[in-house]
Amino acid sequence: MTGNNKQPKEIQRREFISKTILAAGTALAAPGILLTVANAKSESEGASSNVRWGMLVDSNKCVENCTACVDACNEENGINLLQRPSGQDDGMWNAQRPQWIRKVKLQDRQTGEITNLPLMCQHCESPPCVDVCPTGASFKRADGIVMVDRHICIGCRYCMMACPYKARSFLHQNVAEQRVHTPRGKGCVESCNLCVHRIDAGATTTACQDACNKDGHQAILFGDLKDPDSELSQMLRQKSSGQIRADLELNTGVRYTSL
Amino acid sequence: MKKLNYSELWCSSPRYWGGLAALTFIILLGMTAAFYMEHNGHWVTGMSNQIVWGLPHVFAIFLIVAASGALNVASIGSVFGGPMYKPLGRFSGLLAIGLLAGGLVILLLDLGRPDRLIVAVTHYNFKSIFAWNIFLYTGFFIIVGIYLWAMIDRKANRFYQLTGFAAFFWRLALTTGTGSIFGFLVAREAYDAAIMAPMFIIMSFSYGLAFFIITLMSAYWWASRELGSHRLEKLKNLLGVFVGAVLYFSLVYHLTNLYITQHHGVEQFILVDGGIYSVMFWLGQVTIGGIIPLFMLYSPAFSDNRFATAIASIMVLIGGFIQIYVIVIGGQAYPMSLFPGKEVLASSFYDGVVASYTPTLAEGLLGVAGIAIAMTLVAVGARMLKVLPDSLEDPQEGAA
Repeated sequence: MTGNNKQPKEIQRREFISKTILAAGTALAAPGILLTVANAKSESEGASSNVRWGMLVDSNKCVENCTACVDACNEENGINLLQRPSGQDDGMWNAQRPQWIRKVKLQDRQTGEITNLPLMCQHCESPPCVDVCPTGASFKRADGIVMVDRHICIGCRYCMMACPYKARSFLHQNVAEQRVHTPRGKGCVESCNLCVHRIDAGATTTACQDACNKDGHQAILFGDLKDPDSELSQMLRQKSSGQIRADLELNTGVRYTSL
Repeated sequence: MKKLNYSELWCSSPRYWGGLAALTFIILLGMTAAFYMEHNGHWVTGMSNQIVWGLPHVFAIFLIVAASGALNVASIGSVFGGPMYKPLGRFSGLLAIGLLAGGLVILLLDLGRPDRLIVAVTHYNFKSIFAWNIFLYTGFFIIVGIYLWAMIDRKANRFYQLTGFAAFFWRLALTTGTGSIFGFLVAREAYDAAIMAPMFIIMSFSYGLAFFIITLMSAYWWASRELGSHRLEKLKNLLGVFVGAVLYFSLVYHLTNLYITQHHGVEQFILVDGGIYSVMFWLGQVTIGGIIPLFMLYSPAFSDNRFATAIASIMVLIGGFIQIYVIVIGGQAYPMSLFPGKEVLASSFYDGVVASYTPTLAEGLLGVAGIAIAMTLVAVGARMLKVLPDSLEDPQEGAA
């Protein structure tokens, strides 16, 4: 009996082992496959280097005292949800609150010509903020968007020291409310990310551009710099434009006409 | 020459423990301040999106720069074979470790997310000089630790020469790294200069030696041991050379900038109409940190005056601290030139205007705590290890 039983038992054991391995393998692989399937054609695809997102700002169309783009950005990215700490004076609040985009009014020292423009992260091809970041939290996506990985930002602010455009803000206070698509936290650095959550979801405009168009100014044009047929590329070919601090040769993704 | 005998710092209870208690109290205050800033966020400090690095960074950079300089005395003994300096090598190594630790604690506690220290040591971007510095700092602790062991333990003596050289080159790399934190910032006119790295090295020579002289004198006073005048005079004269060299590098740095039209604005700001920064430059950095100590160190009137040497060393440290303040804060306060040839008429983000910065008490307490940490480590280390010779009386005529 025992001798007869030995063979089937051995087979049973082998079968058991192989089935266990199969089951364990499936259990390990399934979530990955499921996630991949569930996320197919969305975030899991990642940014593509076939595009480079950029912007053209027509300073001539930018209107003095209009803050439509700034307001829209604050709304879109939940910056307006931040509460001013009690007891903080106006000066410090303005110096410490995040400003992803700001309006600047300039006057030429020689000619007296006035220029108005919105200033935000210029999404450099060779961003100094990415170079200096010790942990790699400051990074550039394949599609040219420069942003901060808030999970590995340690809040050293070296990127803010390095940015030639003062485009970055540090979160100086606690965060009570925030938008789901724009997570933020005290002690981390943040800046304009060209409304990356909208672009990844298939949108073709940024919040600031929409707001500017809505007010009838059409000073901001967002698009793909690598697509020769995009409206942005066509406009860049037609109009003479420039980069802020072009001398640094950072090849910015944001360009300005009439600078 | 008498045989050198090293022993632990052993002094009467009230003097030692009282000193240690005072240092601990200062550290506790600093830790409370750090917790307060971490808990509320940086809005309770004077720092902002305009002045990104504030007073804690001034303290931290000051201590880190001084740390590598404090090791010089040991290097002169082992690398350059100075017999008068060799007995001081152990203490020099201990002081270097203490100062670096104090500086790093400040730097860490001023991070936006100090709780993410683990991230800083597990994620590296090797193009960042900051990431390099993490290795330079860690390596410094290890190399100087082994160097110290090689100096103290007779069995490890065969590593003495090797670790001495390693430590010397490592300290040069470390200060180059610290100076390059600023030298690599292309966008800011006050920083974008290759001379920053060698200037930081010479600054480290000066601050480190000043720290060394003061702590050595304090330790020998604490322990009632003898410190020979001749040896102190050697240190004093060397400090004078370094102080002069710092002045020379500052001169070259500013002259270079003055030649570049683009940098005239920032030079005008630091040297002439920068308000507090111009005052700090001329009165603090140049006068208190340079000219007066030079006079006190070299004037025959003070030739055998220990008190004058101590005061001069303290002035070098005060002037050095102010020099770093002017570099770090003054360099940020001056507006970046985003639009050459244009004047900024309006901006919500302080473009084109000098940024204001008023340090808060909490920032100051954290910074002072860093110095206290350094001093505590040295005091405890000197009591546990045989780093200080029983006597540093002058060698007999012709013996050295």
